Amino acid sequence: MSDVYVLGIDMIKFGRFPEKTVPQLGATAALMALDDAGLKIQQMEAVCCGNLGQAGGMVGQRVLQEIGQTGVPVVNCANACATGATAFREAWMSIKAGVYDLVLAVGVEQMGRGLLGGAGGGSGIPKEGLLGSGTMPAVFAEAGMEHSRKYGTSFEQFAKVSVKNHHHSTMNSKAMYQIETPLETVMNAEMIAYPNTKLMCSVNVDGAAAAVLASESKARELGLGRAVKVKASVLTSDPWQERDLVMPDVNSCTRLAAKAAYEMAGLGADDVDLVELHDCFATAEILHYENLGLCGDGEAGKLIDEGQTALGGRVPVNVSGGLLSKGHPLGATGIANIYEVSTHLRGEAGERQVENARIGMTHVIGLGSACAIHLLEKVN
Amino acid sequence: MSEAAAAAKPLPVVPFLKIPEAGDPYLEGQKCGVCGAIFLGERSTCSSCGARDKLEAFRLANQGTLHVYSIVHRSFPGIDVPYVSAIVDLEGGGTVKGNLINIEPDPEKIQMGMPVEVVYQDALGRKDREGNSYLSYFFQPRG
Repeated sequence: MSDVYVLGIDMIKFGRFPEKTVPQLGATAALMALDDAGLKIQQMEAVCCGNLGQAGGMVGQRVLQEIGQTGVPVVNCANACATGATAFREAWMSIKAGVYDLVLAVGVEQMGRGLLGGAGGGSGIPKEGLLGSGTMPAVFAEAGMEHSRKYGTSFEQFAKVSVKNHHHSTMNSKAMYQIETPLETVMNAEMIAYPNTKLMCSVNVDGAAAAVLASESKARELGLGRAVKVKASVLTSDPWQERDLVMPDVNSCTRLAAKAAYEMAGLGADDVDLVELHDCFATAEILHYENLGLCGDGEAGKLIDEGQTALGGRVPVNVSGGLLSKGHPLGATGIANIYEVSTHLRGEAGERQVENARIGMTHVIGLGSACAIHLLEKVN
Repeated sequence: MSEAAAAAKPLPVVPFLKIPEAGDPYLEGQKCGVCGAIFLGERSTCSSCGARDKLEAFRLANQGTLHVYSIVHRSFPGIDVPYVSAIVDLEGGGTVKGNLINIEPDPEKIQMGMPVEVVYQDALGRKDREGNSYLSYFFQPRG
């Protein structure tokens, strides 16, 4: 099977663009990625598009109606917050299978404001606030509290994640926010669902990101110059766990995916130079340090205390600012974090560049659940 | 409210809350006869081992321990805050999510692992469109 390379990749600055349509945002990112690759839409043999809010709305085709209706196959994907990464992986698989040599992957989302979560639908009466909470901040608070229960992880340690990621985003002009948030500010922000304060919740933003993927033969033909090699692409769902009916489990599917990704790439966690992981809430980032093998079980609190995951540390995590400060446009997030890692592997990340980055990892979780992990390698 | 709704017994807030003609309400689990996995609500296939038609209903305990919680300060419009969302492991198996009541919504006061019990009360006055009342379950500190 052919290796797969990213030849072009880009994202729009995340923000709020109520005057734009979803296809327009997706089209903007698609053109940016094509320009980055030095290719045209006419050269793309297929398009994989990720979007959640208009999952029934043929967004991929409507992107092509904006930038070039070439008649190629278009697949639309929805997989909760793993939507963008799933679209990228569909493109990767079609090249792996030898069906195409050049495929465009697009992830796009336009978000409303406010809390995400299940309102407890169904028949009868609303269940929110009656049978506990289905709001996302509370669901991820409970997941974090499980770590606190096992290892004594503190509110302050969770809050430090947010301090770090907001600091990182001050160096990323494509992030929604470029604002320092000191520890006291994070801890004293409005409490949403203990222990997650408002500044420990990801930002609802509009966004789009796109990538051009190529087979090895096509990549060599076009020139490997700034190419990034996809060393592993893995997607898992949630294996059965005794509490998962009432407590969505983001750990097992991540551990399963990480193990498979390291095996596929022939790499270990020690080889990873930077990680963009799914910090939808500050509590989640702590869990994933251990789930991804960045440290041993029970050591995540120490990792954040010692600054090992900050830029300049042993394994920088979310140097883009993460979902907490860059923003989290659900369908775009998975490709945007591949963009971030690729930018470092290309040595083009400017002020926030992770020095000598050779191997990078991206991770997203769609609650329900889907976990996608990609391992990427510098080529030249 | 219709007269029928006013006269009727409250309805269960979820299908796995059972209200017998005689006796106390209780929560019902389903246990897989092959692998022992426990579920809430009726089903025919076990999602742990895939066994079909091996699930048997059993009465869940009213005693358990608090696994984890969150104190919810911001919720959807119209929902009173704060409240404690709790995940409780019941004795003999089964994990249920609900509100933890009769405790201060303060992390200093709530201990993970603390013993709790299931209590059955009206669903905070919430009624459906037909005016029906509902019986809900809650957790409270025990002992």
